Amino acid sequence: MKITIKRFDKRKEPQSIDMSYPIFEGLTLLENFIKIKTTIDPTLVFNGVCRSGVCGSCSVMVNGKAKLACSYKPKDGDYIEPLSYHEVQRDLIVDKKKTHNTLKTSHAVMYGDVIVENFPKVTVQSDCILCNSCFASCPVMAVNENFLGPFALSRVYKYTAISSDSKTSIDAIQQNGVWDCTLCGECTLACPQGIDPKMDIMNLRSKSVQSGYMDPNMQNMSFGLDFTQGF
Amino acid sequence: MVTDVLIIGSGGAGLSAALRAKELGADVIVATKTLPTNANTCMAQGGFNASSNEDIQTHIDDTLKSSRGLGSSTMIDLMCKSSKASLDWLINLGVPFSLDSNGDLATRFMGGSTNKRTYYAEDYTGLKILQGLYDESLKRDIHFIANRYLLNLIIDEENNEVNGATFLDINSGDVEEVRAKSVIIATGGYSGIYNGFTTNGFGSTGDGIAAVVRAGGVASDLEFIQFHPTALKKSSILISEAARGEGGYLVNSDGVRFVDELLPRDEVSRAIAKELSQNKEVFLDVRHLGSEKLSHLLPQELKLCKIHEHIDMANELIPIKSVAHYTMGGIEVDQKLQVGGLKGCFAVGECSNAHIHGANRLGGNSLLEIISMGLVAGENAVNYESKSEFKENSQLAKDIAFISAVYNNFTNQINFYEKREFLGKILYHNAGVIRNDTGLKGVLAALRQMQREFTFMGISDKSKEFNTNLIDFIEFGNALEVAEMLLVGALHRNESRGAHFREDFPELNDTFQSHSIFWKEDGVLCAQFKDVK
Repeated sequence: MKITIKRFDKRKEPQSIDMSYPIFEGLTLLENFIKIKTTIDPTLVFNGVCRSGVCGSCSVMVNGKAKLACSYKPKDGDYIEPLSYHEVQRDLIVDKKKTHNTLKTSHAVMYGDVIVENFPKVTVQSDCILCNSCFASCPVMAVNENFLGPFALSRVYKYTAISSDSKTSIDAIQQNGVWDCTLCGECTLACPQGIDPKMDIMNLRSKSVQSGYMDPNMQNMSFGLDFTQGF
Repeated sequence: MVTDVLIIGSGGAGLSAALRAKELGADVIVATKTLPTNANTCMAQGGFNASSNEDIQTHIDDTLKSSRGLGSSTMIDLMCKSSKASLDWLINLGVPFSLDSNGDLATRFMGGSTNKRTYYAEDYTGLKILQGLYDESLKRDIHFIANRYLLNLIIDEENNEVNGATFLDINSGDVEEVRAKSVIIATGGYSGIYNGFTTNGFGSTGDGIAAVVRAGGVASDLEFIQFHPTALKKSSILISEAARGEGGYLVNSDGVRFVDELLPRDEVSRAIAKELSQNKEVFLDVRHLGSEKLSHLLPQELKLCKIHEHIDMANELIPIKSVAHYTMGGIEVDQKLQVGGLKGCFAVGECSNAHIHGANRLGGNSLLEIISMGLVAGENAVNYESKSEFKENSQLAKDIAFISAVYNNFTNQINFYEKREFLGKILYHNAGVIRNDTGLKGVLAALRQMQREFTFMGISDKSKEFNTNLIDFIEFGNALEVAEMLLVGALHRNESRGAHFREDFPELNDTFQSHSIFWKEDGVLCAQFKDVK
């Protein structure tokens, strides 16, 4: 019973190697990392704080899927890598500065007055733990690294749904935002908190249209008739 | 780096302080040893106490009563009277608290409270507060420096003023200094020294408390640690008090209820310890609440029980034990939250002892404290008038030398991870829920031996960047310093009060209605009792 961890150290040659370790049965993947570090190999580097799925620090890729290490029990042959679409710093630690910055770019924050009676509408969206699992699962990242990504957009939806003023945020998510999503739903499958960014993005598209924005993909589509000619 | 206010720690207390300081026009840096939001605040599930005008006095009385004579009515007044304003502040930031069936903000009972005053957001209250504070911090352009591990405070020795702090930059491995006109320490508690027997996240090793004492400041009441009655038996993962607040029972292996579940946490924890000492198992029973209610009220617990204990709490008993959860003691602060013995340095939240919780904390008061007092700390730090200029200081050079010694001179012949685990175990069993003179002396002797062996421990990973082996080791060093104070306090407090229970002195003794005070002189720990003001 073994797991394989993709190790990375930019100071070493080769920078990346695969190393296998025994599984400590009955323990979560994070507890396995700790056992490895404290009893086998103190050079293994990973993040983890709360152990209980709320701090969002321990997410990794397991066989190509984003998982919280503290909430996953490893199986024989599992292949563990750092989160996709993030710069790897060392072993399983990635740089989240850029992804956290999407919260700022997208203005995912309160503007205007709060509408308390709408709180129940955002119960799930406000459970986000910033684990970046959705971000690491989003295929748009492979083609557009400036895409705001699922968690920032879900968070924008959260605030627009409970606020009297959503204009600033809606304006901020038109470029590299709601219209760039392919609605594939990988983010929804990846979220350990049951958040559905795909649905939130669809709702944000409706709000955008209500605010006078148009789907740029529609604008570029040709229907074969051009009514602007000859009038 | 230079700033007006340096805040160390990015949990609820640190972020509240940062937002207030920024609002008042100060330049603010928030340093965190992980990333912002990776703090214990996110794990606080139960709720946030806020009292209506009619309830304020009862809230004050409940908090004072729970403190068992060690709470300061001035500080408790300050906190309770600002509780409603703090709640409103969070709501206006968009923290979506739960509503009841009438569409009003919902409240629940917490143990030891006379009135229902605990506002909650399902069982994710702390998480939603912390994420809301972070979003607002980004909007307000708060400058975060992540992956910075606090090493020491920078002191102007002429007037004992704190002028900043040194950090190990985990990204690069370099030691750096951040200079500031005032510093706020919001580094969290020290339950993590009970390694393996705590609900806290990794890294709750009292780094800020140890740094203050090394810098000539004062810590107090470190022997008071709240043990949470209901943590999962195998993993020590927290099952919120809300499970009992909503009607959950505690039963032993005979299926008998043995304690009023809504008594304060110390009493419930002792009752559990007694059952366990009679070789019985203890369980939390929430089956009668039904799966629909459970999935609405305690969704997180449902999930955690499944992952860590392989049980469905809607149909099965949850095996539990009491583990270290919250530390009432900490950095001694005055009524302005200024650290005892130092100037220009403030401490807030679990790392501090603002004489609010005293010998035992009321559920729902910790989230309240970090927000209300966090705002106060931010304001006081901005208003502090720095006396000294930033002068050349030897702290950076000393800390560079220390880190270099760990790499080159510490022999690493003793595995500190084994010692860390062993210390957690002996602390839990001898300085835990039930204590006595012999056990405490034994742990203190073992601990002092570990202190002597420290240079024979060390690191195996000699990389410079992202060396978490090194961080674990320095944290262990801090844990050794904090545990020593805890043990000395527990050993000399020959009475039982709140969370500190001595089976050899089972009664409250008025001669000990005082704070234990700790400081260092020439590197040697000193302690005494000081009367409650």
